[in-house]
Amino acid sequence: MLNWLRRPKYGSIQRRDMPAGLWAKCPRCGTVVFHKDLVRNLKVCPKCALHHRLAAEERLTFTLDEGSFEEIDPELRSGDPLRFDGYREKLAEAREKTGNLDAVIIGFGSIEGSRTAIGALDFPFMGGSMGSVVGEKVTRIAERALEARLPLVIFSASGGARMQEGALSLMQLVKTSAAIARLHEARLPYLSVMCDPTTGGVTASFAFLGDVILAEPGALIGFAGRRVIEQTIRRKLPDNFQTAEFCLEHGLIDMVVPRSEMRATVARLLRFFGSSQKAAEPIAAGVAQGVGPSGSEA
Amino acid sequence: MTAVLPERDRAAEARATELEAQLTQLQREIDGLQRRADKDKLDFSPQIRELETRAAEAREALLANRQAWQAVVLARHPQRPKAQDFIKTLLDDFTELHGDRLFRDDPAMLAGVGWFEGRPVVAIGPHKGKDTKENIAHNFGMPYPEGYRKALRAMRLAEKFGYPVISVVDTPAAFPGDGAEERGQAEAIARNIEEMTRLRTPIVVAITGEGGSGGALAIAVGDVVVMLEHAIYTVIPPEGCAAILWRDASRSREAAAALRLTAAELAALGIVDEVVPEPRGGAHLDPEAAIASVREALRRHVMRLVGLPVDELLRCRYAKYRAMGYYEERA
Repeated sequence: MLNWLRRPKYGSIQRRDMPAGLWAKCPRCGTVVFHKDLVRNLKVCPKCALHHRLAAEERLTFTLDEGSFEEIDPELRSGDPLRFDGYREKLAEAREKTGNLDAVIIGFGSIEGSRTAIGALDFPFMGGSMGSVVGEKVTRIAERALEARLPLVIFSASGGARMQEGALSLMQLVKTSAAIARLHEARLPYLSVMCDPTTGGVTASFAFLGDVILAEPGALIGFAGRRVIEQTIRRKLPDNFQTAEFCLEHGLIDMVVPRSEMRATVARLLRFFGSSQKAAEPIAAGVAQGVGPSGSEA
Repeated sequence: MTAVLPERDRAAEARATELEAQLTQLQREIDGLQRRADKDKLDFSPQIRELETRAAEAREALLANRQAWQAVVLARHPQRPKAQDFIKTLLDDFTELHGDRLFRDDPAMLAGVGWFEGRPVVAIGPHKGKDTKENIAHNFGMPYPEGYRKALRAMRLAEKFGYPVISVVDTPAAFPGDGAEERGQAEAIARNIEEMTRLRTPIVVAITGEGGSGGALAIAVGDVVVMLEHAIYTVIPPEGCAAILWRDASRSREAAAALRLTAAELAALGIVDEVVPEPRGGAHLDPEAAIASVREALRRHVMRLVGLPVDELLRCRYAKYRAMGYYEERA
């Protein structure tokens, strides 16, 4: 059960070390804890329960069965199609800082024994922003899930589309959504998990297209930025605006799940939808002919 | 995969900025002389004529050096024909439809049915005003989620009857407001995008003014996307980009150039299929001619697309967007 405590061996990813230092300080409540204890607590503050932001590798470590992850397409890297001033330098910096080539890791793995395609956006890499590489890799993992007839789970953490790739970033919203549409048409389950923060173009595409949408407590989730909204409506927004809990209350997501229960919850959903994969064929065929799930007239 | 754009023509950008400054200065001098002439009952007409000649020359030179920022200005021009002008002129017997059947009727989104070149079509497009009063009534052409859901409802109607969808795009953005967020702005946009990638009827998109990020994209996924010469299409407004990059919104023209938001650049990136020429100086100088050019382009594309089997249409649509992006792939 607690096998996430031991780090899995990633085939090709270069695992980066946890932030240096023996102690970690919670950015919200200021509590100082042993770094090791914080990690043991899945990087949730033991005092105020703040869910610290995770790098993509940590997310996969905390979620997948130990040693089950096989990464695909780690070598994809952004170019600079617009020749946007400073973009190459920003990319180099982010690569240096994170040890990754871009802002998403994709592959296959299992969660409590259920095999699944999985993707995790890497917020530390340029705010998890979606340019061509993130769009391409999310599309590829959806297509690979379709080929393998596996469910797809995506953990999002992103400020939105990557400005430095201009309208090409915008087109990634279409590319990823089109691939997710194919999963839906093939009746494969797609679970979307929104982590802090999930905003802009990522919410306006694959993150909000899940069959089931989960979120971590306190995660910022929304389309427009808070400051832009406040300037537009000339009013202060309440503190809980655009939080996971706010989204749940407004019917935008299915559930808010603490990190300690995330793995078990995703596994439960995968078992549920995974089992329907085998059983659903005749019923679904019936639906297509206008017959309801119970065999009665639709 | 998408090609890399050539380097920006920074000399032309600098020249355009210079010309604009010259124009502003000349206009100020003309106004000053005019005021003095009126006040002191003096005749400055030879001087004014000379200044006006110089201003006309600068304007000509600016046209030749047209850069991103001029496109931003023209795309936002208050007198530029708006989506409703295009839709109501292009379609015969236009009949407006209202409401998303869920929450309310969004006045910032226009949807309806009508005849285009003798063929029944469904048209959608944001409703932007031409003056402050109209703009307030139509929320400056910035739709709420219910606007996008109304558009989707209209598109589903098109799909049901196999009618082509004509989408005319001119919006600064999806409305950034608390109500919009509460009702799922992101979900509404995502849903439209997803549904448009698989809508079983032709979709032809014309970007005629501002293509404001996700708010535009939610009605801009299509088999063919055409764009007026001086329209813009961008992931973020230049002001926002400048504020984020340099913490300085006054560097918007630089951001506009960096974002590559002009029709010509987007065509080079393969995001836009055809650039539709505008009347010299911009669509606002001759709206009828601008609308006629768009009509001609739409007609050509609609005629071709309605002849294709739907499965073929959807395969092509998927392949088109599938290929968008630029990345390097090596071990």
